[in-house]
Amino acid sequence: MNALRSDSTGDPAPLRWALTLLALAFLGLFVVLPLAAVFGQALAKGWEAYWAAISEPDALAAIRLTLLASGIAVLSNLVFGVAAAWAIAKFQFRGKNVLITLIDLPFAVSPVIAGLIYVLVFGARGWFGDWLDAHDIRIVFAVPGIVLATIFVTFPFVARELIPLMQSQGTDEEEAGISLGAGGWQVLFRITLPNVKWSLLYGIILCTARAMGEFGAVSVVSGHIRGQTNTMPLHVEVLYNEYNFAAAFAVASLLAILALVTMAAMSLLEWKMRRVYSELQAEASPEA
Amino acid sequence: MRGNWFQRYSILPGFWPSFGLSMLYLSLVVLIPLSAIFLKTAALTWPRFWSAVTSPAVVASYRLTFGASLGAALVNAVFGFLVAWVLARYRFPGKRLVDALVDLPFALPTAVAGIALTSLYSENGWVGRRLAPWGIRVAFTPLGVLVALIFIGLPFVVRSVQPVLEGADRELEEAAASLGASRWQVFSRVVFPMVRPALLTGFAMAFARALGEYGSVIFISGNMPMRTEITPLLIVAKLEQYDYAGAAALAVVMLAASFVLLLAINLLGSYSRKYMEAQ
Amino acid sequence: MSIEALHITKTFGRFTALRDVSLTVNDGELLALLGPSGSGKTTLLRIVAGLETPDPDPAGALLFEGRDVTREGVGERRVGFVFQHYALFRNMTVFENIAFGLRVRPRQVRPSANAIRSRVRELMALIQLENFADRYPSQLSGGQRQRVALARALAIEPKVLLLDEPFGALDAKVRQGLRRWLRRLHETVHVTSLLVTHDQEEALEVADRVVVMNQARIEQTGTPEEVFHHPATEFVMDFMGSVNLFHGRIESGKAVFGPLVLEHSASGAVEGQTARLFVRPYDLDIRHSSGGAPSLRARVLRIQAAGPQVRVELQAETGEAIVVEMPHAQFRESGILAGNEVFVGLRDARVFTEDYSI
Repeated sequence: MNALRSDSTGDPAPLRWALTLLALAFLGLFVVLPLAAVFGQALAKGWEAYWAAISEPDALAAIRLTLLASGIAVLSNLVFGVAAAWAIAKFQFRGKNVLITLIDLPFAVSPVIAGLIYVLVFGARGWFGDWLDAHDIRIVFAVPGIVLATIFVTFPFVARELIPLMQSQGTDEEEAGISLGAGGWQVLFRITLPNVKWSLLYGIILCTARAMGEFGAVSVVSGHIRGQTNTMPLHVEVLYNEYNFAAAFAVASLLAILALVTMAAMSLLEWKMRRVYSELQAEASPEA
Repeated sequence: MRGNWFQRYSILPGFWPSFGLSMLYLSLVVLIPLSAIFLKTAALTWPRFWSAVTSPAVVASYRLTFGASLGAALVNAVFGFLVAWVLARYRFPGKRLVDALVDLPFALPTAVAGIALTSLYSENGWVGRRLAPWGIRVAFTPLGVLVALIFIGLPFVVRSVQPVLEGADRELEEAAASLGASRWQVFSRVVFPMVRPALLTGFAMAFARALGEYGSVIFISGNMPMRTEITPLLIVAKLEQYDYAGAAALAVVMLAASFVLLLAINLLGSYSRKYMEAQ
Repeated sequence: MSIEALHITKTFGRFTALRDVSLTVNDGELLALLGPSGSGKTTLLRIVAGLETPDPDPAGALLFEGRDVTREGVGERRVGFVFQHYALFRNMTVFENIAFGLRVRPRQVRPSANAIRSRVRELMALIQLENFADRYPSQLSGGQRQRVALARALAIEPKVLLLDEPFGALDAKVRQGLRRWLRRLHETVHVTSLLVTHDQEEALEVADRVVVMNQARIEQTGTPEEVFHHPATEFVMDFMGSVNLFHGRIESGKAVFGPLVLEHSASGAVEGQTARLFVRPYDLDIRHSSGGAPSLRARVLRIQAAGPQVRVELQAETGEAIVVEMPHAQFRESGILAGNEVFVGLRDARVFTEDYSI
């Protein structure tokens, strides 16, 4: 609505410059510098040391574990997210708002607590501790625990992106599909999901980025066993605590690159999603 | 699909499978494990619970965690508003890039942020060495904790306020100006009230995030007992000592605080929605 | 395929949408369900489609060609439903939208890709959008979208075509064009069709028969002529067009409205009962003298000559407001001016008395 107006707000130029510079200085200090520090420190000992750090067996194991845990977490939260969004957005039932609030719960929980709960359930002194021990199954201090903690902290991401959009889109197209003889799965895959594809992708990307970068929750359940139960963020911590700074930053730089790619994807998708929302609003107003 | 008291009639299939799956997954992954905390704590007698959550080290951690989170959220409220204002209203080269950068603290893994900030603010870091002559030490002090929490809370205020500023109807400001209001009056009487709900929401979200933050903080804080320990760290410490009950007790306190904040955020959210609708 | 709805009742919570409604639709006819909002017409349509279910108690039934389909789901009934807001699949092209119903059929019954393609092309020619196959709904105008919605419904070769206020969201000119187009389409394709509308002009122009509904009940069923010229109830007469209303009484077996006295042959007219006289604006004459025939004295308040007919607003000596419409030629001859005292005579009218039930 302000597209046709000139950009001046009536703020005098000196004020505009001062505020802009102040804002940029703040961002420079708090955002740009840390980012630069990661790459600066990573290359402090030169390229060879950099490559060595990220290709060394423990680092590779950490990368593999990160990819595995994130992959499983994203996949399972994706299935859940679609199921929950279908139930919430396309049907009317009591207690819907309660369900939506519960889905947001993991956001309100500190990562450390997210790890703690699984230790309480599956740990040696936890609920199932004895049973697991008897069957020689390890969850806490092993990969399954890491996967569980990762699932917990990324739980709401996909659902949160899908639900509002699917609610705004209503059920007309799905009903039309049913009236034309389509079955439930056909309606889901041919009509509903294509209509939300950008938001779905956005949710997956947020979920993946968070899953790969999670530290606190995974740290609690992991046991920090080198080469076995360290994800990339944990490996960074291990290296750092050994004063092996350049190597720590080298691995960290991989995560930073991932973050930058994520941000670029987010920007692109946000643009696409805004288009979808504005088309929805245009439809709502009368037309010829 | 027959309707009933719980769910209205619909011709769309798959309600019970999708609802059932969602509830099952939610219970197994979130609800039941979370309940473990409360059940564990319930096994404690009141005195033991009380001593666990009020021991001197723990209280010191509350002061630090709460104080630094509040301080960081306030700083973010002020500067985040500034950044949102500049992004929403002014034009300058590279603005799109700057806009994208705001999301970095959200996207960057906390451990990476933690070590980066530590290296910047330690005594021979790029920033730390500039501050040392003035006698200001950031790393391994509460100030370092504050800096880390400012970093991770930054996007919340900006992204909360920015859409409101961008969508604001300039005509209101033009009307006020035409009636003789000075620039400051237009801002304080017309623009700011419009933005206040979003600002409060962003502040509350930054505050909530800061309370539970772990990875970005534990490197720069130094974890010195009674001085720079944050509450989440104490939970980890208790776990390592197999004091599950103590850890759970502390977790209950933290969850209670988060819950109150979440409630406040939701209330603020509906308050600001009502405000927007009234416009 | 004929449709029979028997004693359908439908409530939503405390609101009754349909109250013991029964209706027969003949094979191949285009029936309009006409009424104001809240009359139950859309609910009835959706029940026929299977998008809603009638109340089980008291039990009603729905028969397609004699077969009870009350328990069948919408997908099984082979109805083509055209939604009020089109409900086109926004992520599919026009071609894919129309082909959808054929492509989702189970493998055994699904036509080959070639068969689907030729059927879709056939339908696109029918709706005169042959070159729009690759366009998306957002690139079409409202009228074009509506035609695609129709083609999509026709693609599955439905036994019944159900249209829910199909032209409601379009503007007047487009609506008129599409109305005529729909009528011609019906004459080509001959599928039993049910059309819901609140626009009486539309119902009269398009339908073979009209069902006028009001407050969960059917007021009258009949051809457009019957419903318009021989309305069975006050509501129907009032709804179908503008009307002048006079109040009076039954006296000595006649209906008396001031100086106007009419024969009233309706059975059960009770002496002293209140009666209402309904007259169409074009069934009234304006004369400068009574000429002996029973007429009402009135004064001309306002003359509107801009329009297909001339509209004269008057106030009767009894205080009622009267509107008379006449062709321009007739008006010019009459020489009527604002402020004139004139006599208004009746050519044709309907008298309704209240039914007293104790």
